[in-house]
Amino acid sequence: MRNFSLGKAFVPVVATIVLIYLLLPIFYVIVFSFNDAGRNNITWRGFTLDNWQNPCGAPNVCQAFGNSILVGVVATIVATVLGSLIAIALVRYRFKFRSTISLLLFTPMATPEVVLGAGLAAQFLLAGVEKGIGTIILAHTMFCISYVVVAVKARVASLDPSIEEAGRDLYASPGQVFWRITLPMLMPGIVGAALLSFALSFDDFIITNFNAGTANTFPKFIYTSALRGVPAQANVLASIVFLGAIVLVVIVQMVNINKRKRLARQ
Amino acid sequence: MAITAFAPGGGAVEQAPRKRPWTALILLAPGIAYMLLFFLAPFIQLIITSLQAPAASGGIGEYVAAFQLSNYADAIVEYWPHILRSFAYALIATVVGLLISYPLAYLIGVKLRALPMLQGLALILVVAPFFISFLLRTLAWKQILPSEWIGTHFSVVFGLIYNFIPFMTLPIFSSLQQLDMRLVEAGADLYASPTTTFFKVTLPLSMPGVVSGTLLSFIPMSGDYVNASREFLGGTDTAMVGNVIEANFLQTQNYPIAATLSIVLMAIILVIVATYVRRSGTEDLL
Repeated sequence: MRNFSLGKAFVPVVATIVLIYLLLPIFYVIVFSFNDAGRNNITWRGFTLDNWQNPCGAPNVCQAFGNSILVGVVATIVATVLGSLIAIALVRYRFKFRSTISLLLFTPMATPEVVLGAGLAAQFLLAGVEKGIGTIILAHTMFCISYVVVAVKARVASLDPSIEEAGRDLYASPGQVFWRITLPMLMPGIVGAALLSFALSFDDFIITNFNAGTANTFPKFIYTSALRGVPAQANVLASIVFLGAIVLVVIVQMVNINKRKRLARQ
Repeated sequence: MAITAFAPGGGAVEQAPRKRPWTALILLAPGIAYMLLFFLAPFIQLIITSLQAPAASGGIGEYVAAFQLSNYADAIVEYWPHILRSFAYALIATVVGLLISYPLAYLIGVKLRALPMLQGLALILVVAPFFISFLLRTLAWKQILPSEWIGTHFSVVFGLIYNFIPFMTLPIFSSLQQLDMRLVEAGADLYASPTTTFFKVTLPLSMPGVVSGTLLSFIPMSGDYVNASREFLGGTDTAMVGNVIEANFLQTQNYPIAATLSIVLMAIILVIVATYVRRSGTEDLL
């Protein structure tokens, strides 16, 4: 019996410890956004709201942050369009070199980022392209496409083709079927893929570092200032993104759970 | 998240693919052209660079096309400790990460299944780290951990485990979520102990998630250079192969050595992953 209760406690206890391990640094980053730190945000020096009132107070931090948003938005739009088209083709059509194409799309996800970053940097070097925001966007779009394909593919595969059949039976043109039936039904998958792309791009450091040249992004700013101490303003900006994302996710979860409950009742 | 990449697909509607090659070509062409240009071509470029020889001028960062296979021998002789260290760190961190993430995935996927609100909350906590800069979180450990632990093998592996817990937990959760509890009850009905039932029923059925989670952790871990860098959790003898590639490419501009090490890293990963997937009997995942 003793053994049994021990087994029962094991899972919740370990899981709780792991959750604390997972969340402690987040807590730390947010708390230290309120640190009256000056330039050295390593030890606690007292509570202040100054950093929150003036999040661009540290040199270059907001410029880097803005660059990251720009890169994330452009890479996400391009990758979401190109990746969604590929996903539709992969599920719906039969063609030659299908498995080769799948391999081309999935290998980037199984390749360490240093290898992707160094490869692109070597190519830009050879082509004489000067590295900057443009090359960061080109690099991010590449790895985002892979993730978009996977995320949207799952959605296309779960789509019931008979609904589109019905549209065609009712004399809708192929264009009308796509814009009024296929695309709206794929939307949840596409939006999810876009959010994933943005998150991946926004937090990417390794590939960026190889292809940024002198351009700065938010992760690159943190990495380069790590040695001297990251200004508390970086914590503020990261906390704002975090809190915004969490609120968004909580709302989506609530809506989903309510929808499921409603469906269960019907 | 990345998790969907390897998560077992559920509820797919069987579709008969249509033969309409032109439509397919139009849909595929732009994206595939992009991947050829910015994934495949750079990869080939990496192989070409790895065989380059120093230019006659002897300038820093100047190399000419050659077929200098000796670059590989040189790189391996000089950097084998870093290569070995990378895979040792990644292996330890993957195994420990699996052992601690499995109970968390089990709690969310099995024990909280009947409580959707709590399950949703737990899932949000697991993905929460994705929303806040991993560099700041990793740097936070440098301040949270006792300073005499920083710069050791322990702190680097600790950071690697930490960074990949969500990547390990989510695919395992996704497998366990689909686990039919009647099978587990059947084990108990047939007088199997909870331990036996776990190892004979639950664990084998969650293998797709375990394989996905370990791959999603092991591959990026072996190429990581943030945790091991001295500004973060690393020290003088913790440099991984990623650090060497970064230093050679971006600092000393020794592009051939950086490229050679990238190819070696990739080749070792391919061999390990292929062997692992075949052994665990989950080829159909890839």
